[in-house]
Amino acid sequence: MFAAALVVFRESLEAALVIGIVAAATRPIARRGWWIALGVAAGVAGAVGVAAVAESISQMAGGSGQEVFTAVVLALAVAMLAWHNVWMASHGRQMATQARELGQSAARGEIALTAIVTAVALTVLREGSETVLFLIGIASSANSSRAALTIGSLLGFAAGGASGVLIYAGLLRVPVSRLFVVTGWLILLLAAGMAGQFARVLIQADVLPALASPIWDTSSWMPDDSVLGTLLRALLGYQAQPSATQVLFYFAALVLILAAMRRAQTRRTA
Amino acid sequence: MKQLFMLLSLSSPVLAADPEFAIQLRQHRFTPTEIRVPAGVKVKLVIDNQDGSAEEFDSFALNREKIIFPNSKGIVFIGPLKPGRYEFIGEFNRSTASGVVIAE
Repeated sequence: MFAAALVVFRESLEAALVIGIVAAATRPIARRGWWIALGVAAGVAGAVGVAAVAESISQMAGGSGQEVFTAVVLALAVAMLAWHNVWMASHGRQMATQARELGQSAARGEIALTAIVTAVALTVLREGSETVLFLIGIASSANSSRAALTIGSLLGFAAGGASGVLIYAGLLRVPVSRLFVVTGWLILLLAAGMAGQFARVLIQADVLPALASPIWDTSSWMPDDSVLGTLLRALLGYQAQPSATQVLFYFAALVLILAAMRRAQTRRTA
Repeated sequence: MKQLFMLLSLSSPVLAADPEFAIQLRQHRFTPTEIRVPAGVKVKLVIDNQDGSAEEFDSFALNREKIIFPNSKGIVFIGPLKPGRYEFIGEFNRSTASGVVIAE
């Protein structure tokens, strides 16, 4: 039972954190709860759909279909998160100060929402499809263990959900003037983490070289499967033994998105 | 899509095929549990899932994770590895499905 809880918790954690951060980052926008819920629902529907055809996907691209699909989903999510941050860099201050105005501000707000809600949907789809496959496995397991596995899975979901709620609640305590800066950084780090994962799946499929692997080994002071390690993995893409290529992609994403954000900001004030 | 990936794999300098190692998964157990591979070269693992449910081949040390479908095989490239022990598990059945890759 605990094993099932752990699997489901791990899978749902990243999605839950993304949802929590996005919910906090979009706080001033009216009705954003509905949009985020829509994104989550789309992600869940997508996850079920993907799980249904996962085996066929897996056989594509000479057996690397799974990795290619995951890479595409990750790349899109990175693009959406990056777009959100760049957009906020040029419009964010206006939105914060005009948050009470209706009409134009709301419409502008909803444009900002599209990208980030898509990122939510993509993340739920990616993590969710693995979870669905796990749950299908439970359904086909022996009757004796099915109940325990089901309860474990529900507990795992609950724990994942609670983590999302916790980060949301924590972010709400950040003063509004600083909220966009803080969520902007969290979203930036999420995007960089996903860029690192993008590299990892392509290395796995032998599309990218690993180069030095691992480039460092921090498993003695922060193991991947420790509580903090799991949390940092979901928030930052932390890994105890990453490949050099992964690290390269991580920092490249960080630098490129930051540069785009700075550029958008200076253009605005010019 | 397939042509693109064939092209990409041809573009990496490969003089001989990468060494290939087979792992079987039966009743949520990996066989063999110890796989000895050469260090310093890319290695191709072929995981044969002979169970009726999907398994996730998962390794923090090897930095790999892949779903292997029931009654089918999955390919995972690892390495080049420094000499050492690299543990892996079947995440969906971690109490029974585990093994180690030993690079030497």
